[in-house]
Amino acid sequence: MVEMKKKKIKVLVTKVGLDGHDRGVKVVASLLKEAGMEVIYLGMFQTPGGIVKAAIDEDVDVIGVSYLSGEHLVFTPKIVTEMKKNHLDDVLLVAGGTFPVEDIPTLEEMGIHKVFRAGSLTDTIVQYIRQNVKR
Amino acid sequence: MSNRPDINEMVQRLFSGDRRAAARLITWVEDGMEETHEVMRQIYPRTGKAIILGITGSGGAGKSTLADHLIRKLREQDKTVGVGLVDPSSPFSGGAFLGDRIRLQSHSQDAGVYIRSMASRGYLGGLSRATYDVIRIIEAMGADVIIVETLGAGQDEIDVIHIAHTCLLVVTPGMGDDIQAMKAGIMEIADIIVLNKADLEGTNACLRHLQSTLAAASFKEGKWVPRVIPTVSVGGKPQDIQGIDELTSAIEEHQDHLQKTNSVDQIKFERVEHELGLIFKDQLQKLIFKGLKGTGKKKKYINNIIQGKNDPYSVVEEVLKTYVRTKE
Repeated sequence: MVEMKKKKIKVLVTKVGLDGHDRGVKVVASLLKEAGMEVIYLGMFQTPGGIVKAAIDEDVDVIGVSYLSGEHLVFTPKIVTEMKKNHLDDVLLVAGGTFPVEDIPTLEEMGIHKVFRAGSLTDTIVQYIRQNVKR
Repeated sequence: MSNRPDINEMVQRLFSGDRRAAARLITWVEDGMEETHEVMRQIYPRTGKAIILGITGSGGAGKSTLADHLIRKLREQDKTVGVGLVDPSSPFSGGAFLGDRIRLQSHSQDAGVYIRSMASRGYLGGLSRATYDVIRIIEAMGADVIIVETLGAGQDEIDVIHIAHTCLLVVTPGMGDDIQAMKAGIMEIADIIVLNKADLEGTNACLRHLQSTLAAASFKEGKWVPRVIPTVSVGGKPQDIQGIDELTSAIEEHQDHLQKTNSVDQIKFERVEHELGLIFKDQLQKLIFKGLKGTGKKKKYINNIIQGKNDPYSVVEEVLKTYVRTKE
C-alpha cells in the first residue's frame, strides 16, 4: 500500500506547436514517474491555452515543456501569458530540449524557472523539482 | 502548504463553478488532508443529481477514446461534463504515468468539460480511494454528467459498479472465447458491452460469443438485458468511426430503463452504503492505529504474529475489545 497522506508532486509534461519529436519527453516522463511523481502526459501539438487549462484541471505543481523544433522563443511567452492570466503563480515552469545556449537567459527572463538542455542528468531534474515546488 | 484559503471560501468558489477550486479540493481529497471531512460535509447536500457513466475494460481496449466520443455527444446536447480518469500507481516508486488525457485533446479548450487524471495510489478495485469524493466534488461544481474511467481492468476490478448508474465494459476482438465471456466478475457488471475495434479480424466470432453468452444467461422479468454494441472509435476519416450513435442511444435507453423501474434510488442507496463502509474502514483503522501509537503494542503484536505466538484474527479481536465498546 502506497502511503496516502504524503503530498505527491504532480507534473504536467507536454510538447507544444508543430513539434513531432516526443522520444525525449517520454523518457523524462518515465524518469519522473520512477522518482515517485505523478506525471500527466499531454502529448504533442498542444496549444498554450490547452496546456494551461490542463494544468488548472489537474492542479499540477510543475509544467514541463519539451522543445525540439526551435519554437521555444515563440511559445514560451504565450504559455507564460496564459499562466499569468489564470493566476498560476504557484506552478513551476520548466523547459527541456535542444536550444542555443545564448537563448537560456532569454527564456529565463521570459518566465521559465529552469531550463534543462539535452544531456541533463536525471538527478539534476528530479532534485530541482523537489527543491523548488511551491507548495 | 502555507496560505491555504479557508474551507468556506473554497467551497463557495466550487459552488460557483470555479474549476481551480474544484481542482485544489480534489488534491486535498487525494492527499487525505484533514480538511477533507469538513469540505465533504459542506458539499454533500449539493450532490447526487449528476448522471454517472462508468467505463471499464482492459488497458488498450479504447476506453479513453470512447470517452472522447461520448463527451462530444454530450456537449452537442449542451450538457456539462466531468471526467475522472484513473491510471495505476507504481507499487515500487509510488509514481504514476497518467496517459489518458492525451486521448481527450479535442476538449482541451472547452470550459464545459472538466477532466481530472488520478493515480490509483495502491487502491484496488480499478479506481482510486479518492474517486468517490472526487465525483461528489465534480457534481457540486455543477456537472450534468460524470464519466469515470477505471484503470485497465482485468476480471475482478469492479468497484465502478458502486459509483456508476450505467456501466460500459469495453472489449476487443481476439480477447478469448465464450468461456471468457461466461466468467463471473467484470463480464457481469456491464449494462452495455462495447465491442471496440470492430474492424479487426475476429469481430464476428467475438460478437457471437458475447451474444450467445447473454442469451444463455437468465434475466429476471423486467430486468435490463445488457446490449452489445460494436464500435470503431479511431479512423483516418470521419466515416471510419462507427457505432457511436448506437452507443449513445443504448446509454439513453438504459437511463430510461433506470427511471422507469425506479432503480436510480436503489443505485444511490447502494452507492452511499458502499461509501459508508469505506469511510468506516478508513476511520476505524486510523482510530485504532492512533490508539496504539506510542504504546509499543503494534510492534509487539506484529512480532508475535511473525513468531507464531499469535494470529492476526485474535489480535484484531483483542484490540477491538479494548478500544471499541460494543453493546454486549
